[in-house]
Amino acid sequence: MAQLATVLEDQRQTDETALITGSEAIAVACKLADVDVITAYPIRPYDTVMQYVSKLVSNGELDCEYIVAEGEHSQFEIVKHACAAGARVFCGSSGVGWMYAMEALTVTPALRVPMVAMVGNRALDDPGAFGVEHNDALTVRDLGWQLVWVDTAQEALDTALIAYRVSEDRRIFLPCAISCDGAFLTHSQALVQIPSQKKVNEFLPRYNRADLLLHPDNPITVAPQGNEDWVMEIRRQNYAAMERVSDVLREAYDHFERIFGRSYGNPFFEEFETDDADIVLMGMGTLSTPVKVAIRKMRKEGKKVGFVRMRWFRPFAAAELAECLSRFSAVGVVDRDYSFGSPYMSGVLATEVRSALYSAPGKKPPVVGFIAGLGGREVTVPDVERITEGVYNAAQGRPQPLTQWIGLRE
Amino acid sequence: MGRLFAIEIIYRGIYQKTLASRISRAIVLAAHQEGKPGISFGRYGDSPERNGIPAKNFAIVGTDQETLEQGMAKYEPKEVDITIAVDDTLFKGVESWAWYGLQPVNKLLKPGGTLIVTSRETPEALIKMAHRKETPYQLAIVKGTPSFSGLWVYKDDHTDVRILGAIAKLLPELFSLKSVQKAIVNEWKDPVKAESAARSCERISTTEVMPNQGNPEIPYKFEFPKWHEMGEGIAIPSIPAGRAVEDPVSHATGGFRPDRNPTFKKFTTRTMRPVVNFDTCIKCTLCWLQCPDSCFDVTPEGLYDANMQACCGCGVCEAVCPVKDCVTMVNESEFGDNASQWEDWKKDKAAYKIWLEDKIKTRSERSHGFRYRGQYEEQIPEMLRIAREG
Repeated sequence: MAQLATVLEDQRQTDETALITGSEAIAVACKLADVDVITAYPIRPYDTVMQYVSKLVSNGELDCEYIVAEGEHSQFEIVKHACAAGARVFCGSSGVGWMYAMEALTVTPALRVPMVAMVGNRALDDPGAFGVEHNDALTVRDLGWQLVWVDTAQEALDTALIAYRVSEDRRIFLPCAISCDGAFLTHSQALVQIPSQKKVNEFLPRYNRADLLLHPDNPITVAPQGNEDWVMEIRRQNYAAMERVSDVLREAYDHFERIFGRSYGNPFFEEFETDDADIVLMGMGTLSTPVKVAIRKMRKEGKKVGFVRMRWFRPFAAAELAECLSRFSAVGVVDRDYSFGSPYMSGVLATEVRSALYSAPGKKPPVVGFIAGLGGREVTVPDVERITEGVYNAAQGRPQPLTQWIGLRE
Repeated sequence: MGRLFAIEIIYRGIYQKTLASRISRAIVLAAHQEGKPGISFGRYGDSPERNGIPAKNFAIVGTDQETLEQGMAKYEPKEVDITIAVDDTLFKGVESWAWYGLQPVNKLLKPGGTLIVTSRETPEALIKMAHRKETPYQLAIVKGTPSFSGLWVYKDDHTDVRILGAIAKLLPELFSLKSVQKAIVNEWKDPVKAESAARSCERISTTEVMPNQGNPEIPYKFEFPKWHEMGEGIAIPSIPAGRAVEDPVSHATGGFRPDRNPTFKKFTTRTMRPVVNFDTCIKCTLCWLQCPDSCFDVTPEGLYDANMQACCGCGVCEAVCPVKDCVTMVNESEFGDNASQWEDWKKDKAAYKIWLEDKIKTRSERSHGFRYRGQYEEQIPEMLRIAREG
């Protein structure tokens, strides 16, 4: 018996490798973070997380309140309240499910509730479609949610742990949504290093709601009515909290590297083959896979193309990104989303990148927007080559549309 | 630039909502008869209205559109030419439920501006109730019982047109009697109402109120905290639980007085207040149980003292009390302070009895909105008689 105990303790202390999906990786992160309350309501592709979580609960691996609500609005309201009462919480949704929770999503950052949620990115209805688009998660971009896009199951797991640490930091107390592309990440198994519980405990302190704890011993009223005499000051507080995220995020990534031995470099965006690049492509999520494959191919053909993958969309590292992009002669931003009627009819990321560049002190390369991969359509290597061609044209000053659709039957 | 006119109508929420909005609209329509553009609006924060809670309507008129625009896109003008209080107990102050703090009824009046009130009180009694103002102003009384009705009913007792007629006399630059009569006939198709406006215009007179007259009390003041001084997460500390009550004579403690919001009092919410006969109280608890505002403090001997910080004057206690004249609603204008009746009774029971009987006996009849079925209909003939005869 004593020997078995040693084996179990060794297991507790060592990392292991598992073949799991991005959704499963998030569920494992919930277990490692010892989440107290999880709410669920099925919608594809997020529903894979709830399946894995419920399996962990029924196997006795995760001790938490697991509540299947009667809809997404209740789902997010329940964890909001639990989190206000001091519980570490997790929930998530996809597409129009996320939209159905919108009222709860709106009040969560206003109440400074550090909820961590997973968005299994999915096209918004109609038509009903399961494939990935980023418009669902992007709807909360202005409200005080931290938004991050990951591209591997490993990054999903690691980012979930980082998200708890940053969101629950008393300087922040803002919710965080981790976006995982439907199918390519949520439903695709890959080898993932699962860190030991010991390391996670070292990295992630207990959630302490402190002065905002909703508890009979700390009688407070949360969310009273306020008129025009109060709202602006309340918004300014959230502005300050979001402003603080960057530093706290950096601290967390540094600490993460020290404890887990895995480095993500710049937390806000990943650079691939940019050192000597003439032009770069940009995008979020699993788009990185075909883009990286295409870049390797094009580099063999002598084209110096790089890739910048935006990881954190909120906060948006504008100054840092602008400095990075000033090194290149043109930028092509590939959006897996749309923003009909926006400036130059571009996608959301392209519009933000242009905005980040406009007030930056350095060189401002031309930005071409590409809309690709909507509704889960695959972005292929030839697609990326076409995009690259357009960006080269921009670099050479040839006139062309500022927004181009790629992979469209036309 | 031309001239900008601002007029506010202070009223009791719900009960006088229609009245205030009719006056405000008709001011703009009457000025429009003379080619002046205007706007009419309710103070945004007052909605949704609460029964009896002071609320405001505004009519802003300019001699031309550009001038008018100086008075637009505001919740409340910074100063007004005329303040109309359609209930005289509003002279005690105006505290909105949206909490802009307690405003003296004359606060927004320009120096020399006019405060019009519907009342049966004397100028002296009214001036005493209002807070002192640094600059002199005019007081004009449109004689009559303050006109109260309900959310879905309107008591057409000519209060609206009598006030409009008075304005034509007091601020002729805004509109003439002829213009307001035209607007009245256009809007309400009733020549008798236009007649009432003319009579009121003819009869209205003013009394000058000097800075040394009125209630010397300085209203509760507060500073808004800066954004970084406020707590985060829209969380505010709760009001603590209450404590025992101390007997002012024996100093024994007992009973229970709930702690109440330290910054929001109901001092201006009431049109009537209950006076309690502690000698006849049978301690049945009904007033304490039924009071929608938990306004009754429980005294050490188990009596119930209506606390004026919390009483909004609804009259439920009077309605449920099984003892004749034990709880009686009395016109708020009869009271000069918000002291505890129970403490006064404990200190001198004989004097309290005389005071109580005097309050009940001399009380002027009035309504806190709706006291019994048919009350409005009873009041209309008398008000129309006043409109005719003055």
